[in-house]
Amino acid sequence: MSDEYRPYTLVAELTYRCPLRCVYCSNPVDYARHTDGLDTADWLRVFREAEALGVVQLHLTGGEPVLREDLEALIEGARALDLYTNLITSGIPLSRERLASFRSLGLDNVQVSIQDVMAPSSDRIAGSRAFERKLEVARWVKELGFPLTLNVVLHRENLGHVEEIVALAEALSADRLELANTQYVAWALVNRRALLPTAAQLDRARRVSAAAQQRLRGTMEVLFVMPDYYSEFPKACMDGWGRRFIVVSPDGLALPCHAAHTLPGLHFDNVKHGPLETIWCESPAFNAFRGEAWMPEPCKSCERRTIDFGGCRCQAFYLTRNAAVTDPACVLSPDHGLIEAARQQALSASGGDFEYRAPRSTARK
Amino acid sequence: MIALDSRPRLAAKARIRFDRKTARYLLLYPERGLVLNPTAADIATLCTGEHTVHAIVERLAEKYAPQPRAQVEHDVMSFLATLAERGLMQTDP
Repeated sequence: MSDEYRPYTLVAELTYRCPLRCVYCSNPVDYARHTDGLDTADWLRVFREAEALGVVQLHLTGGEPVLREDLEALIEGARALDLYTNLITSGIPLSRERLASFRSLGLDNVQVSIQDVMAPSSDRIAGSRAFERKLEVARWVKELGFPLTLNVVLHRENLGHVEEIVALAEALSADRLELANTQYVAWALVNRRALLPTAAQLDRARRVSAAAQQRLRGTMEVLFVMPDYYSEFPKACMDGWGRRFIVVSPDGLALPCHAAHTLPGLHFDNVKHGPLETIWCESPAFNAFRGEAWMPEPCKSCERRTIDFGGCRCQAFYLTRNAAVTDPACVLSPDHGLIEAARQQALSASGGDFEYRAPRSTARK
Repeated sequence: MIALDSRPRLAAKARIRFDRKTARYLLLYPERGLVLNPTAADIATLCTGEHTVHAIVERLAEKYAPQPRAQVEHDVMSFLATLAERGLMQTDP
């Protein structure tokens, strides 16, 4: 397969279990159906096969990856393959001693997420008392000599706090600050009405962030990810379907993105039943939205088709019930009215009740 | 501007690895990577905090002779500036 389709990053979703209940969780709404199906040896084989395909970056994520008791073995195995290994964690439940052992096993980077700059509002989004604990873990990360990425998902309740978030990141000596606006799929789509900001909120936050980016250049990398609901053109979701990323779900499905297994009509192969290389190169699902053959108009004749690849397939499906149409986030999409209507709603919304992440069958309101 | 007598060192978050697919070295850091050309790979490898910028220029001028020394110095300075801008380099006095 040509270099056009070379995976650089493996996203290993080690478990969907998590002590937090964040209202914008990117795990699928039916996450409870996908139990931890891969053991240590399975994951180590996946890492090996991914590295052979060209992967150099590994994200250990979840759910909450520190719930895996074999995380030490996985870090050690990843480092033996020379993978740049990043642990994406809420920091709960994690002891300083265990984090120190990750360091000696070769973990490269730790990403800690916080939900806001004060405990009440942060914990309200996480659905759990977690904020103070997360700050403590972030401090350990630096004390132990790791680089620290601080990740904050932005929405209408915290977009006004970007100055304070930057100040907190500086106080923690973060190396990278991700100010990532909510992507409205999975739980975030369930809670969109309560999360989607207004254009004015966003403009202000973007200016604050740009100033911080300029001021901190060379010290802290500040990244501001615009929500595609307020962008003219869609995101190049995952840098294109089956192009740069492989996501493996806790039960072993090899996926082009975190939510692809929720799209109907696509069959995703399990890494337990075949080599990753075969799945990457040959599986119908990985090939479904590669290249341009699948594209409808206006993508097919658009000069941006090699820039954004038609946008997000999951967003297209969740908004229109058809995964093979232009992402409605694009101003050129015939379905763009759906996005405009959501933006209009944001102008009059007064926030509201959240549905917290929980197994749907028991907790749905 | 980076001083000739400073001793550049790769930031803790940056790590070099060889990429078999392209036969190039990569400089990896969180969520990103730089593909290094052979000169850049030589420079990055020497950014250990032990060598002064001056010594790195000397070393490379020798290796890439008869390329003019001024050209080598320019390459070193501009690559180090790129690293510094991305927070991938620290300089020890």
